[in-house]
Amino acid sequence: MCYEKAVKVELEGKIYDVEKPMQVSRLLQQFSLSRETHLVVVNNRLVTEDHRLEKDDQIKLIRVVSGG
Amino acid sequence: MKCRVCGQEACIGLRAYNTALCADDFIFFLEKRVSTTIRKYHLIDAGDTPIVAVSGGKDSLSVWHILNRLGYPADGIYVDLGIGDYSRTSLVKITQMAEKLQRKVYVLHVRDIFEKGIDEVARAIRRVPCSACGMVKRYVMNKICIDRGYNVLITGHNLDDEAAALLGNLLYWKDEYLWKKSPSLESKDGHLSKKVKPLFLCSEREMAAYAVLSGIDYIYEECPFSVDAKSLEYKGILNKLEESSPGTKLQFIKGYLKKIKTGKEEKRDMAYCETCGYPCYGDKCNMCRLLERFHIEKGMDFDEYGGSSLDSNQTMVT
Repeated sequence: MCYEKAVKVELEGKIYDVEKPMQVSRLLQQFSLSRETHLVVVNNRLVTEDHRLEKDDQIKLIRVVSGG
Repeated sequence: MKCRVCGQEACIGLRAYNTALCADDFIFFLEKRVSTTIRKYHLIDAGDTPIVAVSGGKDSLSVWHILNRLGYPADGIYVDLGIGDYSRTSLVKITQMAEKLQRKVYVLHVRDIFEKGIDEVARAIRRVPCSACGMVKRYVMNKICIDRGYNVLITGHNLDDEAAALLGNLLYWKDEYLWKKSPSLESKDGHLSKKVKPLFLCSEREMAAYAVLSGIDYIYEECPFSVDAKSLEYKGILNKLEESSPGTKLQFIKGYLKKIKTGKEEKRDMAYCETCGYPCYGDKCNMCRLLERFHIEKGMDFDEYGGSSLDSNQTMVT
């Protein structure tokens, strides 16, 4: 299968390219992140793990854990 | 996933509750939980004058936002620790929220008192920054309550904060702290204000989602001194358990609340600082000792932002 690198993912200020298509749950796995510790915002909309990412989506992974 | 309430596309899955909700229904769900917590544990009553301890993070800004939406008008207090851009950005987010809520926020700049940031203060007294920060914050926040007539101090501690602290206390059997976790800590003789935690049963993930969905502009960056905090390690362990067994954190805290020992007397005699009246275990409190060490005699001046269109008196909860 040929994947087109068209999805940009922002995580903690850095931009990453990822293969598409895939589900949000798969994206989290690729980044070795837990659904308990990160939220996924696609095109400024919070989405669930079964959401399917599309070409040209703007994706932001938000870390929810803070400490101190 | 579909929203369990309205059937539209969900924006968040809540495995601990075996449900999924859309933005509107999630906001309603979370605010209702906060409201229920406030009433069940008598956190804020009619006639109270609450103030929120704000840091610029998702939890404190969200609880401030929620309280004002639920009909508990509250002002804010921020301690600017003098940690470079982190503190400056936090202050911007806080004043923005004060403006949005049309509430007043008091700001105390640590550099105005000590002429140095909290990390340098900590170094001078051979403490880690988090320890000095906690000491100064507790003192200043209590002082604003006593001096300005706020009788309830609200903090943004969430379920994950409480579960991580409880795990730490259990692992090391810190008996002196173990049974002191509660959504409400009562006041002491006009010297110590009542402290309450309306987000006690709301997870960190839920609070981040609430902030995102409500358009709350909070500081994403972590305090640079909390990177190696033990609480983050405990949170990581608890989140791994939550991943495989949803609801674990909630059951941990709810179980604890059922088992809290009541009426356990303090073994040590509590006294009040002879200089400022703050509760302590000696002649002077740690803050007055710190001020003495730095030869500081001036009082604490608070900047005030926002609330210009309001009365100078704080609003009572009705």
